[in-house]
Amino acid sequence: MISFIGRSAVQKVVTLFFVSIVSFLIIHLAPGEPSQVDPLNPKFTPEMVERFRAAFHLDDPLYMQYLYFYRDLFSGKTISWKDNQPVLEKIWERFLNSLPLFIVGTILTWTISFPVGIRSAIFRGGFYDRSATFFSYLLISIPGFFFAYILIILVVNQFHVPVIGMETFGIGDTGWLNRAMDRVWHLLLPSLLGATAGIAVLSRYVRSQMLEVEGQDYVRTAKAKGLKPDQVHYKHALRNALLPFVTMFGLILPGLIGGSVIIESIFAWPGMGRMAYEAILARDYPVILTINFVSAVLVLIGTFISDLLYLVVDPRIRL
Amino acid sequence: MDINSHTGTPDFELDEPLAPKRTRFEEFWRLFKQNKLAILGLVFFILFFLTALLGLVLTSGTDPFFDPALVRLQEKLRPPLARPNLASLQAAEIPTLGFYLFGTDDLGRDVFARMLQGAWVSLTVGFVAVGIALAIGIFMGGIAGFYGQRHIRIYQLAVIVLFFSGALLLVAGRVYAGLALFACTAGCILLSIQLKKSVRGKIKPAWARFWYFNTLSIDTVVMRFVDIMLCFPSFFLILTVVALLPASIYNIMIVIGMTSWMGATRFVRAEFLSLREQDFVAAARALGLSNFRIIFRHMMPNAVAPVLVSATIGIASAILTEAGLSFLGFGVPPPHATWGNILSDGKRFIFDAPWLTFVPGIAILIVVLSFNLFGEGLRDVLNPKLRERN
Repeated sequence: MISFIGRSAVQKVVTLFFVSIVSFLIIHLAPGEPSQVDPLNPKFTPEMVERFRAAFHLDDPLYMQYLYFYRDLFSGKTISWKDNQPVLEKIWERFLNSLPLFIVGTILTWTISFPVGIRSAIFRGGFYDRSATFFSYLLISIPGFFFAYILIILVVNQFHVPVIGMETFGIGDTGWLNRAMDRVWHLLLPSLLGATAGIAVLSRYVRSQMLEVEGQDYVRTAKAKGLKPDQVHYKHALRNALLPFVTMFGLILPGLIGGSVIIESIFAWPGMGRMAYEAILARDYPVILTINFVSAVLVLIGTFISDLLYLVVDPRIRL
Repeated sequence: MDINSHTGTPDFELDEPLAPKRTRFEEFWRLFKQNKLAILGLVFFILFFLTALLGLVLTSGTDPFFDPALVRLQEKLRPPLARPNLASLQAAEIPTLGFYLFGTDDLGRDVFARMLQGAWVSLTVGFVAVGIALAIGIFMGGIAGFYGQRHIRIYQLAVIVLFFSGALLLVAGRVYAGLALFACTAGCILLSIQLKKSVRGKIKPAWARFWYFNTLSIDTVVMRFVDIMLCFPSFFLILTVVALLPASIYNIMIVIGMTSWMGATRFVRAEFLSLREQDFVAAARALGLSNFRIIFRHMMPNAVAPVLVSATIGIASAILTEAGLSFLGFGVPPPHATWGNILSDGKRFIFDAPWLTFVPGIAILIVVLSFNLFGEGLRDVLNPKLRERN
């Protein structure tokens, strides 16, 4: 166990190192430079460009830039090229905005997909199963932005509530209940959209996992000895079918920072995804690289946690 | 009994196989037909393919049959099936069908013509991107699965590292340093050849043993590279690269392809690892076939099933990704229509002109859905373990 953790940690650190190199190269070898972003701006004189290049080490060779960048990142001093704000603080601020979306989306995903998946596995081939299958394909296939507009049209026309942004503009101080309801309405659509693909995929996965367990001998035995169907399904089968999902708790971690670019820009939600999008448009390399790095760290920690959880819950796995 | 009745032929010759003879394709089709949704997917897929081809023919050229770029400002935001106001149009501006099948957009362009033009973009992006991903994935997975247990030796590593750093220096403009590294590369290769000749059969000296020292196995290198690529948030990575590169449809295809080959690599590697231990591969090797022939003639046809399924679903997600990129304003430069940018242009008018959202949205939905259904049907047919026993 200890040796597994040690080996795994070393491997992840090496992977992270290469990720940092690859992302750095992708950004810097692509054509175009941040100092050329706005050549028509009259305030952007050649002296300014010169000062800018010197201040951000742009004239140094690539490997020096790499070292400077990651030194700054680890000492927490990275600043955005666009507005000279510390990058980590900016990310943290946006992260707090994205967090409610992530939490509500995850709760929706996990609470909806399990009942749906289990039910369609139990009534395999029936009307419910077939319509659930079709709907999950529909949800996987629908483009997020199209679905967003359908929902916007529906909600705005039916309920007459505003949905764009984090709260209604100029809501000011109308009682806390009003404000809370306002926030909930604004939160509902983007998090539902963030959850759709997850619901569709996860419910399919629950279904297939459940079907596999239902075909096992011990489930047949349980049925044969005359247990109630509910007891067979929920006690004998479900508990074993849940095993792989424990490990998926680790894999939802990267979603923390991945906030959807498209959905956040449709709903004008000032979250991580939008910040990433704005950083890309402004060629704000420190922000892009930091987001990339943080998300790679989260992916690696996520897989690590899921490996560990697997080890803990499944006694058949011994390392 | 059947055999005994053929008294004329010798016993050891079975002239008729007892099982009903079906080709692979007939068997496949028989199973595939049972899946109604998959058939529906296939039908829509063929329709989409024909539409895209027809769209390319009818909307391109100097005087296209349907002109997607013709601006009629007096006819803007007309609803679907609206008849044009003939009094205000010149003869050349009258829509070919006599009415606007899908309405017009805010510049009075015929949405039907623009949809036809955009279909080809979606189709090519889907197929080319997945083609690139498959080529990379099969190559890497094949190497990792077939040659995976071999180790990269120090001298091979030295050659590779020297060559690529030389190339990098050349690109960076340091011509002399780059050429010097190339010379070192050539020196390494010559040294290895010389060494091989001189120490054949003899005990190698210590430095030569170091020269041949095993480092990482090929499998480790490839699979760690896959891990590295999986660390990137894929849509964000695609967005970054597409934003930095000049806007063109080819860049999008290449970038989507280069960021989505990891699944295929894993599938091919897993298949190869199990196939290479099987008897028919051992037999092929015993017959003295070349590795190339074993890989491409004997193993690949057996390994291709899961890859095919993931490719079909990959086309669906590539189409979605392209639509998302066009929606955000990256991708094909403006006058050319894609389904994503029709929707993106229409988003300002969702309450006044909902058809600008619904027509492209439903088109993308149907195409992606048909690919997904077809892919799932393929998966059921190609994987005997998933088949329902009857």
